[in-house]
Amino acid sequence: MNIIVLVKQVPDTAEVKLDPKTGNLIREGIESIINPDDRHALEAAIALKEEHGGKITAISMGPPQAIDALSEALGMGADTGILLSDRAFAGADTWATSTTLGKAIEKAGTYDLILCGRQAIDGDTAQIGPQVAEYLGLPQVSYVYDIEKASKKSMVVKRRMEDGFERVQCTLPALLTVIGDMNHPRYSHVANLIDACKEKAKIEIWNAADIGVQTRDVGLEGSLTNVAKTFAPKFQREGEILKGDTLVVVKELVAKLKENMLI
Amino acid sequence: MTVWIEADLCNGCKRCVKTCPYGAAEMKDGKAHILEHCTSCGSCIQVCKQKAISTDVEPKAIPDFSDRKGVWVFAEQRDGVLMPVSLELLGKAQELAGELGQDVSAILLGYKVSGLCKTLAEYGADRVYLVEHKALKDYRTIAYTKAIEDLVVAHKPNVLLMGATHIGRDLAPRVSRRVGVGLTADCTELAVDPEDKILLQTRPAFGGNVMATIANRYSRPQMATVRPGVMETHRETGKKEKVTKHTVALTEKEIFTKVLEIVREKKKGVRLDQAKVIVAGGRGVGSQEGMKSLFALADAMGGEVAGTRIIVEEGWLPIERQVGQTGQTVRPEIYIACGVSGAIQHRAGMLGSRYVIAINKDERAPIFGVADWGIVGDLHEVVPALAKAIKASKK
Repeated sequence: MNIIVLVKQVPDTAEVKLDPKTGNLIREGIESIINPDDRHALEAAIALKEEHGGKITAISMGPPQAIDALSEALGMGADTGILLSDRAFAGADTWATSTTLGKAIEKAGTYDLILCGRQAIDGDTAQIGPQVAEYLGLPQVSYVYDIEKASKKSMVVKRRMEDGFERVQCTLPALLTVIGDMNHPRYSHVANLIDACKEKAKIEIWNAADIGVQTRDVGLEGSLTNVAKTFAPKFQREGEILKGDTLVVVKELVAKLKENMLI
Repeated sequence: MTVWIEADLCNGCKRCVKTCPYGAAEMKDGKAHILEHCTSCGSCIQVCKQKAISTDVEPKAIPDFSDRKGVWVFAEQRDGVLMPVSLELLGKAQELAGELGQDVSAILLGYKVSGLCKTLAEYGADRVYLVEHKALKDYRTIAYTKAIEDLVVAHKPNVLLMGATHIGRDLAPRVSRRVGVGLTADCTELAVDPEDKILLQTRPAFGGNVMATIANRYSRPQMATVRPGVMETHRETGKKEKVTKHTVALTEKEIFTKVLEIVREKKKGVRLDQAKVIVAGGRGVGSQEGMKSLFALADAMGGEVAGTRIIVEEGWLPIERQVGQTGQTVRPEIYIACGVSGAIQHRAGMLGSRYVIAINKDERAPIFGVADWGIVGDLHEVVPALAKAIKASKK
C-alpha cells in the first residue's frame, strides 16, 4: 500500500504568547513541531505499512526549515520526503495551499491512500484535507480515529461525530483526515533520524517550477481569501477579587451569587 | 513581488509592526523595516497613514458579482433533526441580508425532510431550497457536495454559511473547492462592510492569540463556517414557508462511501453547550483525584464539569468536556474556572459565559482579567468549601 502523508511544521502554539506592550506575537524561543494531528497520520501510515507493506511519502509545504519536520517523519518511519518550498508559495490561503499540495501529489506518483491530520494547531481550519481530496477527485473521510479494515480496494473506518461515531466504508484511493484518538505516535528512531539528517537523506525539495504551477495560482497571489485586518481579542471584565480566609471568601461569594439570583 | 518602506516618509508610528499578521515588520533606528519572511499580504499598507509602504504587487482584478444575490444557510439535519447552529445562522443571515438588501434562503438536503421547512421559515428563511433523494438520507461528502454544487450553479448566491460541526467542516471545504471559491473556517463574527458590501469574516488565528478579519473578494458565494453557540436565533412563529424543490441525479457509484452504522453515544454525550453551570478545571487541579471536588461542586450547582486542553491531554477528562480553541465554545450562566490560568486558547471558548468565577492561587493569572468574581486561594480548599456552602444555602 503506497501512502502519502501530508505534514505541516507549526509553531508550538500552546506556548505562543502576546507581548503585552505591542500586542504582537512573541516568536523567539518558540519551538517548531510537527503538527500534532499530522503525527497521528504518520503513525497510522506506518502501522498500515507494517501490516500491508508498501511505501510512505511524507509531503510538506513550508519554508526551508520545514525540512526538519520531514526529517522527523523519516525518523519515525516514512520512506521519502518531499518539501515544497518556494517564495511563491508564501502567504497562501487554503485554496492556494490545496492547489500546491494537489499538484505535488499528482507529480509524486501513484498512491492508494493519502493521510493527513484533521487540522493544524496554528490555523485550525481543517480545510486542507477535504480541499486536496476535491482537487484530486478522491473520496474523503474526516475525523477518522480507527481503521477497522483495510484492503487494496477499500477501507472501513470510524469517523468521530459530536455525539458518537459513524462506521464508514470507503473505496480506495481515498484521503483520510485523522484525529488524536487514532493512535499513540512513536518517537523517531535515533538511527533513522541520523540518516534522515544526512545529506543523502531521501528528501527532495520542489519549487513552483518543479510542480508546474504559475505564481498567480499559488501563495498570496493564488489565494481567494485575504486578511483584511488583525487585532488582539478583547475580553476584559470588571472583576472583583476576593482574598483571605477560605470560609470567609466563600461565604462572600455565595452571598453575591444570591444577590444576582444565580443560586 | 515585494513590499518595502519609503524611509523618508516613515514617521516611526509602528502601526505596521502592530498590524503585520506574520511578525515581518520591525523597528530599526526609529524607522520600520520589512523582514524577509514578509508574505506581501498588504495588511501594513492599509494601516500606514504616511503612505510610506510601497509594493510592486499588482492588485488582483475583482470580477463583477452584481448578479450574485442572497444569503444562504446550509440547514444541517441529522435523522430529521435540525442542528441548532443552522437556526443560529439563519438568525445572523437575516441581519446580513437586511444590510445587503437581499433575501435569506436555507438549503435543506436529506430524505423525507420536507417537514423541517416550516421551522426554517420561522427562524428566518425567506425561501427553502429542498433537495430530497434516498442517497442524501445520511450525510455523505460527495453526495451532499454534488447537490449543493447544483444549487449554487443554478441560483448564484452571494453568501453561503454552514455550521462548523463535524459535518460542516467536512462539507464546506469540499464545496468551496468544487465551486471554485474561498472559505473562512470557524468564524465567531460576521458583518457586512458598509462600503464594499462584502462579508467580513472574523475568526481566531494563531491559536486564538489574534483575531483576523478575512475578506473573500475574488469569488462567490462568499463562504464561511461558523462556530456553534456563537450567533443568536430569531424566531417569528407562524411565518409561512416558501419552498423550491430541486432534483439531483445521484448514483451510488459516484459517491464512493457508504455509512455502515451511526452510533450515538447517549450516555457519554455531555452537552456542555446546554449546561447552565460549568465547573472547569485547569492545570492547577493537579491530578485525576483533584477532579473529584469539581464534580461535587458541579453536582451541588446542577452543572457539568469541563476542562482545559491540558486536563484532557492528561486523560483526566474525555475530549467532549474540553472547552477552548480546540474544544468547545460554551456560554453558560455561570462558568467557574478552577486552577485555570486562562491561556487565550481557553478564554476563547468561554468568554460568552454570563458570569465567570475564577479560583486560582496565582493572583496574576490572566483568568482574573476575565472574571466577574475571583477568589485567590488553593482550589483544593476553596472548591469543597464552596460546594458545601452552596448546598447549605439551598436548605
